[in-house]
Amino acid sequence: MAQLVDDYDRESLTCFIQTHRNQPASLIQVLSHIQQTAGYLPKPVLVEVSEKLGLSLTEVYSTASFYAFFTFRPRGRHNIVLCNGTACYVKGTGAVRATLERELGIRAGDTTADRRFSLDVVRCLGCCALAPVVMVDKDVYAGVDPAKVPEILNKYQ
Amino acid sequence: MNTEELTKLRHTAREALRLREGQLPTDGFEFHVLVCGGTGCVSSGCKSVRNALVDEVTKRGLEQKVRVIETGCLGPCNLGPIVTVYPDGVFYHKVTADDAVFIVREHLEQGRVVQGLLYRSPETGQLLRTWPEIPFFRKQRRIVLRNCGLIDPLSIGEYIARDGYAALPRVLGGMTPEAVIEEVRKSGLRGRGGAGFPTGVKWDAARRAPGNPKYVVCNGDEGDPGAFMDRSVLEGDPHSVLEGMAICGYAVDAAKGYAYIRAEYPLAIENFQAAIDQARAGGLLGRNILDLGFDFDVEIRVGAGAFVCGEETALLNSIAGKRGEPRPRPPFPAQCGLFDKPTVINNVETWANIPPIITNGGDWYAAIGTEKSKGTKVFALAGKVINTGLVEVPLGTTLREVVCDIGGGVKDGKKLKAVQTGGPSGGAIPAEQIDTPIDYEALAALGSIMGSGGMIVVDEDTCMVDLARFFLEFVQDESCGKCTPCRIGTRRMYEILTRLSQGRAQKGDVDLLIELAHVIKNSALCGLGQTGPNPVLSTTANYRHEYDLHALEKKCPTGACPMRIKPAQARK
Repeated sequence: MAQLVDDYDRESLTCFIQTHRNQPASLIQVLSHIQQTAGYLPKPVLVEVSEKLGLSLTEVYSTASFYAFFTFRPRGRHNIVLCNGTACYVKGTGAVRATLERELGIRAGDTTADRRFSLDVVRCLGCCALAPVVMVDKDVYAGVDPAKVPEILNKYQ
Repeated sequence: MNTEELTKLRHTAREALRLREGQLPTDGFEFHVLVCGGTGCVSSGCKSVRNALVDEVTKRGLEQKVRVIETGCLGPCNLGPIVTVYPDGVFYHKVTADDAVFIVREHLEQGRVVQGLLYRSPETGQLLRTWPEIPFFRKQRRIVLRNCGLIDPLSIGEYIARDGYAALPRVLGGMTPEAVIEEVRKSGLRGRGGAGFPTGVKWDAARRAPGNPKYVVCNGDEGDPGAFMDRSVLEGDPHSVLEGMAICGYAVDAAKGYAYIRAEYPLAIENFQAAIDQARAGGLLGRNILDLGFDFDVEIRVGAGAFVCGEETALLNSIAGKRGEPRPRPPFPAQCGLFDKPTVINNVETWANIPPIITNGGDWYAAIGTEKSKGTKVFALAGKVINTGLVEVPLGTTLREVVCDIGGGVKDGKKLKAVQTGGPSGGAIPAEQIDTPIDYEALAALGSIMGSGGMIVVDEDTCMVDLARFFLEFVQDESCGKCTPCRIGTRRMYEILTRLSQGRAQKGDVDLLIELAHVIKNSALCGLGQTGPNPVLSTTANYRHEYDLHALEKKCPTGACPMRIKPAQARK
């Protein structure tokens, strides 16, 4: 689970990066680890990654910006992922999205001011038989309709 | 472990699993209670059902008699959470935690089947006791899904009991690499990722290609919205994929494999890693496998959220730590793949087919299916259909059999409009063509593709312009931006479709849309771009009147499109 922004342990990250020294092919694994522990990719850490793995900062940024899982801004404590795959779309994910955005007061892709929630829309979580699907952290909610949204949000502080 | 020890282990493991074939084993257990733990059932609450079962079994002191096992996905996701009680194979559906307690007291203690949790046949109204009797399963033939939902995916013993790791020693102990490839070629197996390239031919090319080391890659970047076959196999039967990869490693002389799995599938990654660890510990992976002198190991690479990485050259770039952008082919990965070395890359479902093909022979597999499409295919059935979930049918089965017999027909008594196969790279097959037998060629002739197996049922309330707009939004969103036709062309197509859906169409928009579609199809760099226009091509071919209605009369026949939005508002 994503932690608070300023909480990340720089030293342990440095140790982790060190284990992949001069292994440019490990870039995505390294970035994933940083994203998971720090909740985003802080610039000073990326500079360190480029130096240790033997890549230019541009190359690191080029790869990091390509993949949807990497963010350059801090994430919330809880990550809400709304599925917009075909089955969910056909079964009315749009109304769920509108309710989520209204309840949280943010748009998809953003984080609430108190960093309680981040909201993302993804293409398919692969639970098509149970559409529409919302995932909060590792919990999956099936057959979500807008009325269920407040109840789901209340479970996460 | 060597082959003798493996045989011994198989013997013991089989003994323990006899209960699931309706016989009493010698280990004292009287019941195996299987709880489906696929992601679908997890979201309908199977964890609390499992916990309730375990608690109640412990409370009543039945631990020596009852084993509770969490399995992978059995398939019928809309019936979850699912509990199956062996030796009788009694199938309970939509089980709650309270029901679970009741099952322990009634069924496990008193030997009385809980009638209220049995599945009632929608045709005859009869209560059905076991899952093979249920219409959803009747027309299925499970080869890829042979173990899914029936074994504990975290137990290598249960895989071995069901003929797992029987093909690998046979290959290592007595077959030449050429003979292995010949068997795969004879089976007629074609790539299940969607393109349908003959697997044996691909292996042969990699074997002959100069260059060392060689690599084996599993494509588990299942990004097609509406598809979850690969996830279920990785979650429910990870060893079948590992065994398939190891066999290929021997056939093409590779010592290293990578499994690329998307980060959206945490349970699949967990179970696959557990399988790797167990196989290594058991001497079925790593150095000198089964003391037969062959080295092979597999590592997981987790995807980072990019649909285009399902394209093989993009995926190989991503494994190498780079941007997941495709490159032109040839050279094909078989000649120049991962780290520029000869590489065999196959989809999860393709890999899971390999062990049974080796065990039963290529001819056995080739006897299933149609003339050019052999074997079975797994589909993820979803959308406006009564029974949703995973189904595996012999190729050549008609769409009608899948949608109506297995799927139980369209939901809420609505009329079937189309079946979308192949996701954003495929097309909508109109209801009139529902008697088409499913194979690679027949679907292509209808302007769709087999694809990886997503099958979305669309009813009369769905607007085809809106559906095409949805897919184009997806394609332009996921376009990696490397080539112009895909980056800019699909954007323009999306804009036209948006105009159509808002009642702002300009003169000639529909013709322009079709023209663009053809140009992009012919000029894009990779499969994502080349097939991206398919949803538009197939819907304009079959539902042109709907497009014209949107364009000329500014009307949406189903009311799905927000036609009344004024242009000024729409721009916001």
